[in-house]
Amino acid sequence: MFEEGAIFNELLLERLNYFIYVILLLIGLYAMISKNNLIKKLIGMSIFQTAIILFFVSLGVKEGATVPIYKAEHDPHGHAVSHDANDTEVDAGVVHSPQALKQGQVAQYANPLPHVLMLTAIVVGVATLGLALALTQRIFQGYGTVEEDELLVKLEREDARKSVSPLKAKVSTPKKTKTTKAKGSASHKKSVKPNPKASKTTSKRTSSPKKKS
Amino acid sequence: MKKIALIPVVAIGLLLLYAAQDFPEWGDPASPASSSPVSSHFISKTGVDTEVPNMVTAVLADYRGFDTMFETVVVFIAGLAVLAILKNSRRGRGTRKDHEVDAEPDLIVTNTVRLIVPVIQIFAFYVLAHGHVSPGGGFQGGVAMGASFILIALAWDLDVALVRFPLSRCVVVAGLGIVIYGGIGLISMFFGGEFLDYAELEKVLPVSREMARYYAMLGVEVGVGFTVTAIMFALYANLSTEGRLKGGL
Repeated sequence: MFEEGAIFNELLLERLNYFIYVILLLIGLYAMISKNNLIKKLIGMSIFQTAIILFFVSLGVKEGATVPIYKAEHDPHGHAVSHDANDTEVDAGVVHSPQALKQGQVAQYANPLPHVLMLTAIVVGVATLGLALALTQRIFQGYGTVEEDELLVKLEREDARKSVSPLKAKVSTPKKTKTTKAKGSASHKKSVKPNPKASKTTSKRTSSPKKKS
Repeated sequence: MKKIALIPVVAIGLLLLYAAQDFPEWGDPASPASSSPVSSHFISKTGVDTEVPNMVTAVLADYRGFDTMFETVVVFIAGLAVLAILKNSRRGRGTRKDHEVDAEPDLIVTNTVRLIVPVIQIFAFYVLAHGHVSPGGGFQGGVAMGASFILIALAWDLDVALVRFPLSRCVVVAGLGIVIYGGIGLISMFFGGEFLDYAELEKVLPVSREMARYYAMLGVEVGVGFTVTAIMFALYANLSTEGRLKGGL
């Protein structure tokens, strides 16, 4: 197991599919962690997702098996059974009531489950990717950038400008917090240029780390 | 930052490669995934329980119908969320983007699309309806159908596509798909079965229990196709124009 050749055989010949999926997954993970651009992070997320899909689909491969659709001679409800009487495997179909496939016949079909799971995962992945792109567009509209470090600087600056102080607001009575809040929003309306969506920025900020992880 | 990022990446990579040694070999018929009682049950019993030869469709729409229903709901909610996020972001409404030009739609492109789009749509219906006996189904057919509308938007203009499939109708169609799916489940519940237990529909359909499941699966796939079609197009329409729904790419 610890010889050079053995590991090479293990990884590159017999288990090449796992090797490829690990490489793809690492590319995606690295992009998600290290890239500054949100779009590049999303590309990394997509590659990561592709790696998982590849992993599942490659698990569904079965040697000597065909796609999980009944051949005509195996279909318990099929009409083709009676037609090819000269076929060797007719005995399974002669019975009138539908019969389940035998063990040997089951081995001729690939596992349908990975395909089912990945089929839905791909479409749902597209939809969630669309959602992520929409969020990114909104961030770009609000801040004029999709670079993470620039975003952080802008957010901090905004916090510094806005925070009359969150601590004071907590200590004071509820009535007072209301007034400070109103004041904050009013002062914000006056400064039109920086950002018209003061209340939305907070929600955006809470949602953006989720996307990064 | 980039150097630090390499550390967890390499660590996870080594861990996964180490774990990969214990995984089954490529195409091993005795692998846990292939030899599990669940998958062999699906393979051996699908033809008995239903009249659908395509096991993937049967597992998707029948055995795991509950899962698929909420996958569809996820697609629907994601589409609605995109609409909600981009809806009121009309900041640059009057301003033109650099990539927007006044050029007329290209003659060759539009005429080719004119020829292709009906074929794509018929193919989408084929994929959807023929998914019981060949690879296909609601998700695939829905994506192909949505692609035909996207192609129209690419060849002419988003407005031309939106005349044919307005965004308000998108939302209605997408919701209708889920209503169809859930409705079939509820109807089968009212006839004495459990939720999404299609076999009970034999009481209203003049067919056997197995055939009732066949038709109910077809209905469910149509519902999925509706939702996916509408959401795919709504995603494109909103993302390509930043929610302005004007001009487009």
